[in-house]
Amino acid sequence: MADISASDAGLLKTSDGRPLKSALATAQQRSKRRAFLLVLPLLAFVIITFIVPIGQLMHQAIYNDGFSANMPRTTAWFAETPPGTVPDDAAWEALALDLKDAAAARSVGVVGTRVNYEMSGTRSLFTSTARRADDFAPPYRDALLAANEKWDDPNLWGTMRQVSDAYSANFFLAALDMTRDVNGDIVAMPEDRQIYVNLFVKTFLLAALITFTCFVLGFPIAHLLATLPMKWSNLLMILVLLPFWTSLLVRTTSWMVLLQQQGVVNNTLVAAGVIGDESRLQMIYNQTGTIIAMTHILLPFMILPLYSVMRPIPPSYVRAARSLGATSWTAFRRVYLPQTLPGVGAGSLLVFILAVGYYITPALVGGASGQLISNLIAFHMQDSLNWSLASALAALLLGAVLVLYWIYDRLVGIDNLKLG
Amino acid sequence: MSVSHNDAFVAFDRVQKSYDGVSLVVKDLNLDIAKGEFLTMLGPSGSGKTTCLMMLAGFETATNGEIRLDGTNINAVPPHKRGIGMVFQNYALFPHMTVGENLAFPLEVRGMGKSDRDAKVQRALDMVQMGAFANRRPAQLSGGQQQRIALARALVFDPKLVLMDEPLGALDKQLREHMQFEIKHLHESLGITVVYVTHDQGEALTMSDRIAVFNDGRIQQLAPPADLYERPDNSFVAGFIGENNKLPGTLEQLSGDKALVRLATGEVIDATAVNVTQKGQATLVSIRPERVEFKPEMMPPGAHMIGADVLEVIYMGDILRARLRVAGSDDFVMKMRNTQGQTRLSPGQQIKVGWHPQDARALDPV
Repeated sequence: MADISASDAGLLKTSDGRPLKSALATAQQRSKRRAFLLVLPLLAFVIITFIVPIGQLMHQAIYNDGFSANMPRTTAWFAETPPGTVPDDAAWEALALDLKDAAAARSVGVVGTRVNYEMSGTRSLFTSTARRADDFAPPYRDALLAANEKWDDPNLWGTMRQVSDAYSANFFLAALDMTRDVNGDIVAMPEDRQIYVNLFVKTFLLAALITFTCFVLGFPIAHLLATLPMKWSNLLMILVLLPFWTSLLVRTTSWMVLLQQQGVVNNTLVAAGVIGDESRLQMIYNQTGTIIAMTHILLPFMILPLYSVMRPIPPSYVRAARSLGATSWTAFRRVYLPQTLPGVGAGSLLVFILAVGYYITPALVGGASGQLISNLIAFHMQDSLNWSLASALAALLLGAVLVLYWIYDRLVGIDNLKLG
Repeated sequence: MSVSHNDAFVAFDRVQKSYDGVSLVVKDLNLDIAKGEFLTMLGPSGSGKTTCLMMLAGFETATNGEIRLDGTNINAVPPHKRGIGMVFQNYALFPHMTVGENLAFPLEVRGMGKSDRDAKVQRALDMVQMGAFANRRPAQLSGGQQQRIALARALVFDPKLVLMDEPLGALDKQLREHMQFEIKHLHESLGITVVYVTHDQGEALTMSDRIAVFNDGRIQQLAPPADLYERPDNSFVAGFIGENNKLPGTLEQLSGDKALVRLATGEVIDATAVNVTQKGQATLVSIRPERVEFKPEMMPPGAHMIGADVLEVIYMGDILRARLRVAGSDDFVMKMRNTQGQTRLSPGQQIKVGWHPQDARALDPV
């Protein structure tokens, strides 16, 4: 009813003279309210446990007040002076008093960590200086330099000026292997510290490879499922779904049992004389292990959309193509395959997006070379506690997936997606 | 139009088909089809007619026996090398291709050049009056239009033989009747051989040169439409084609093919013996409702007439349909033309009915 213009709504009236629009709204109000109440619990659940935390995390990627909240005087001085100002007496006083307060509040570690993200080796400077902060007396410059002469480093002051602003794109820069130099210009990280971009590329390549192997393995299965008589296809469907009902950990650890150097596969190969006992294959705790285990785990996500697209394709299409003179290969390529594309698209998108963000399996079977970007995000969340960097990496991952989704929409069309 | 065994264009020779190795779906099929013939396989579902068509098209293999096309055994020839056009029940137009691409497909896989292809596609589309639709998608067409395109696609590569598997089943009645004539005209003007499968007897009677009535894996009767309708060989054919009154009885007298049948209730009626041979044999007499007469002057002299109670009269426009009680059975039907001077019967009336002996056929009891 929203498309009825105001004048039209004014013209149309109910038999007792009320405007039709308001009469309709009144009539539907009750059912609308009831429908809203029904979805309210889920809505609240999603907002509280999903939207808000994700929003907070995204916010964390560009906001870190570790310095500004604990060093108010210094932050104020940075705000008052233009970039590149040589620290004057006021600056040294602000720094010394802030350090004294931070030491008393036991928050100097937080400050040091925040500066350390941008300039490594500075955390200890803050903590060791803070231990002597009680004795600081004017002139503060000399007192600080007596505690540690690194305080005279203009780079340190430049970095502190950067981090004094709680809002910063530096975590995104770090996630893209970039940093700011003394003048605040964006430059590439030194080559030995570039890890994230390569890991992003590797993650996407591995996800693409896993998607492809899932497609190659899943397509014939889905075709069988769609064409076998009901009795057999039901059995096959149970076999396809069985992994879904099994714990992810069980599936992953069983791959460990199978693939490790003293595992089933290697033992069989050695027993069969295919490989020597001393040249057992390394199939797990590396990239190979990640690919094998993830392909297995994600396979149903490829098979099910394919199956749901193939099931309603009647055999008469291929028969028609054959009767018109096409070989079985031509009939498959020109007639059958194009009709399964919505399923191929849906399955590939599903598997790819899941693979890009996969965490547990690469963490368990990936070793050093089979780690994906999500494992590094987890590392920054749990071990290095650099939540801002973790958030920036996660935001980049989310952004990349959304871009891929958009590209898919432009190329194939989301309305061609068929998930089941 | 009977065909001698040697000049048959399509021949099924002692063909048997089993899917499970336990039962036969097609039992000993022998069928010769002449060049240019329109042959319909008619039968209820599960009678084996579609299986026969699929064996001819190459999608099913004969378990035993030989199928010949133009004198060559094609049992081992794959479908794409048979050069047989086929129209499917659901049309099977490729949904991801335009109408033009659908029609070009058989020409393309035969390696024909683009300009030749376009010319042939256009000609085939014009043939079914769909010339302006080459760029549409099948989904944008109505059922009847899709049907025409499917027909054009099966004909565009000039096959000598075209198979049609219930092609009109999904259309509404009016369109179906229209398409029946169109297919018939195409068949006549192109001189192709058509094997047509349907379970609709009206369709079979309208279109065919000959009809093969299938039941239980066998051909029950193979005959031109008029023979099939007027002279059914057995009870199944009599019951399957058209409406039929069936009177069970025993053979009282038999001389040549003239028979007298005594009904269960004692009356004696005239009939023509078809597949009964001895006196005293049980039989089922079948009479078409439109051949039943109730005016004595319309009957041949000496014909037997039996009493009937009019139970109801239904006005159907072109005809009047009366349900009678005859010889204890309540579903004896008589059809009368709705002419100017037609006697109007009313329920409760008592009349006498009879028929020409050749219209009542004494068949095997079911």
